[in-house]
Amino acid sequence: MSEPDISAEETDGRAAATDEANVEPESAGAPADTPLRVANLRKTFGGIVAVDDASFAVEAGSLTGLIGPNGAGKSTTFNCITGAHKPDSGRVEFQGERITGLRPDQIANRGLVRTFQIARSLEEMTVLENLMLAPKGQIGETLWRSVVPGARGKVVAQEEELRERVWETLEFFEIDHLAGQTAGSLSGGQRKLLEMARAMMTEPDMLLLDEPLAGVNPTLEHKLLARIHDLQDEGYTFLLVEHDMDVIMQHCERVIVMHQGSVLAEGEPSVIRNDERVIEAYLGEDV
Amino acid sequence: MTGESGSGPESGGDPPGDGSIRAVFADMFGRIERSDVLIVATAMVAVYTLFMIFVLLRLGITTGTPNAIASAWRELTFLFAAYAMLALALNLHWGYTGLFNIGVAGFMAVGVYTMALLSTSPDAVSGQGLGLPLPIGVIGGMIAAALVGLVAAVPALRVRADYFAIVTLGLSEIIRLSLNSRTLSDWTRDRFGFATGGGSGIDLPARPTDALFDTAAGEALIDLFVVRIGGEEVTLVAASVIRRFTWALVMLGIMIGFYWLLRRIGYSPFGRVLKSIREDELVAQSLGKDTRIFKIKVFMLGCALMGLGGILWQGSQGFVSPDSFRPIVTFYVFVAVIIGGSGSNTGSVVGALFFVSLLFLAPRRIGGIVDARLDLIDAPGTFAGAADPLVSVFNAEPMLAYTIDNISALQFILLGIVLILIVQNRPDGIMGHRTETAAAVDLNRPNRGEEDE
Repeated sequence: MSEPDISAEETDGRAAATDEANVEPESAGAPADTPLRVANLRKTFGGIVAVDDASFAVEAGSLTGLIGPNGAGKSTTFNCITGAHKPDSGRVEFQGERITGLRPDQIANRGLVRTFQIARSLEEMTVLENLMLAPKGQIGETLWRSVVPGARGKVVAQEEELRERVWETLEFFEIDHLAGQTAGSLSGGQRKLLEMARAMMTEPDMLLLDEPLAGVNPTLEHKLLARIHDLQDEGYTFLLVEHDMDVIMQHCERVIVMHQGSVLAEGEPSVIRNDERVIEAYLGEDV
Repeated sequence: MTGESGSGPESGGDPPGDGSIRAVFADMFGRIERSDVLIVATAMVAVYTLFMIFVLLRLGITTGTPNAIASAWRELTFLFAAYAMLALALNLHWGYTGLFNIGVAGFMAVGVYTMALLSTSPDAVSGQGLGLPLPIGVIGGMIAAALVGLVAAVPALRVRADYFAIVTLGLSEIIRLSLNSRTLSDWTRDRFGFATGGGSGIDLPARPTDALFDTAAGEALIDLFVVRIGGEEVTLVAASVIRRFTWALVMLGIMIGFYWLLRRIGYSPFGRVLKSIREDELVAQSLGKDTRIFKIKVFMLGCALMGLGGILWQGSQGFVSPDSFRPIVTFYVFVAVIIGGSGSNTGSVVGALFFVSLLFLAPRRIGGIVDARLDLIDAPGTFAGAADPLVSVFNAEPMLAYTIDNISALQFILLGIVLILIVQNRPDGIMGHRTETAAAVDLNRPNRGEEDE
């Protein structure tokens, strides 16, 4: 997941233009409406500024797209939100609580769960094991409980409950026929489904999907998007990093455009589509 | 034993619950596949038979043969149990969690020496202990090994796997060289009243099983192996061999305890997290698992088991010196795990059995047979002295004598060849790729197994 090779001068040149496009997090309404709020996030790698003063908020129950040309800082932003990177400065709030700089597991346990750009399945583990791993609050994860004979009964009971949910989830994502296979033997698209299913097993409040459609064939892509919409209908909130403009424009109700580490524009797809700065950013990238 | 896909968790069909003895048994031992027990048992029968044949080839059938067979089996059992315990502990670190610990010998040393310092008599010939009861020494040794593991783990687990390996190796050598130090030994004696003995080693408490033989039952057991043949009393198996064999069997029992414990960990949610750490730690973290805690816990547990393995093995021979904890011991344990296939507990046991029998002991036994059966000339002192007659006058005898004479050195070549063959042809170990599903229950769809096939 190597990020950007944008140089510092370039970033400085564009920074001024983005200011007015930033959402003011302070005025973004009650936390209940915007579970995720990012304010003035900054992350540098050596001399390279990957994320520069990015601020945005994600509305509850929405499917929000985070787009931007290569090296715009999308993945780094993701990594800063989920704790994989520590931001240099700025603030990340989830459900009204500051989560900046927490460890990935602490953030995940608060209900903010991510998937990865390149699917990171646990290859030597079966699909079933992958899913059984995910749920929170497993009493059997305490060493003594998994060993001491008397305590084992409760663990087994919980495992049986989880197994029920695992099979439901597998059926929901239509990968139940792969249950016994090792994750390493799945195709790229199947792994993306597995990752989504695994993330859902944690019972998250919000999902961050890092390019969930990259390398997925059209049939599976369709299936994945349908599942995402199903889950959105159930009240889940999604933030989606995606390269493919068309997918974002068709499926997301809100779009955040990043460019050179900052938020360039934010709004409904129809507005974003006609935003000249966005067009310029993408065309500028293409030239 | 080629089961490519392992044997799958075919549970014996024991209905859970209902409080019967069978259910309790099922709870204690879970789903030990019948085939696993069969594999280990078959391998053991084969190896023990082979060693009996070795003795027969060497001695023929005499009144001394039973004793020689018992002695060979004792050595085999002793080393098999010792290496299997260590291989199981290492498998927990490396096979299950991916913690590349190449300091096994060091953690063994901590266990053994702590036990010695606590339980050796204060007026021992070499080294001095506090003379506390043996159980305190053993538990103390395990705790000390776990604590040293903690000290190593807390800073080291933050670095990458290869650096972690270097840290553990370095630590292991620091421990060995410290124990080798006469200065340290003198200082601790003057200051605390116990001494490590430095390079001359430390005396150890007697094996607890030896006390058995002071009782009537123990003496009766020894008498069992004394028979009358033609009016003459013949000792079939010497008392010393029986004593030591008894201890080897105790070790075998404790090894089964190790297996039970680690298997139970493997088939649990805890073991599932360990596996996920091995596969991709960031994924485990992103699913809300605090991997640091898991790694520290499992590292400490594995170190405690290595300490106990060391105590039962090196700590049971009346005397130990730092030389017993050279890095080669760690290497041997790794070989056992690699042969069996890392990540599989049954594999670790089978790997230890094959390592000890075929790679470690068999070459010497074969050398002994050739030496005893063929009346060879004295071995030439150099390789050139052995090769020259072979080339010039086609006399192979000096070469054969030279080979037999140097068989323990040639073992390393054999070891290398076997490792290369295994890594190239069966990277998953001789047991093949095994799926020991990390869950406390059978994960197959309940009630409707055949659907959607």
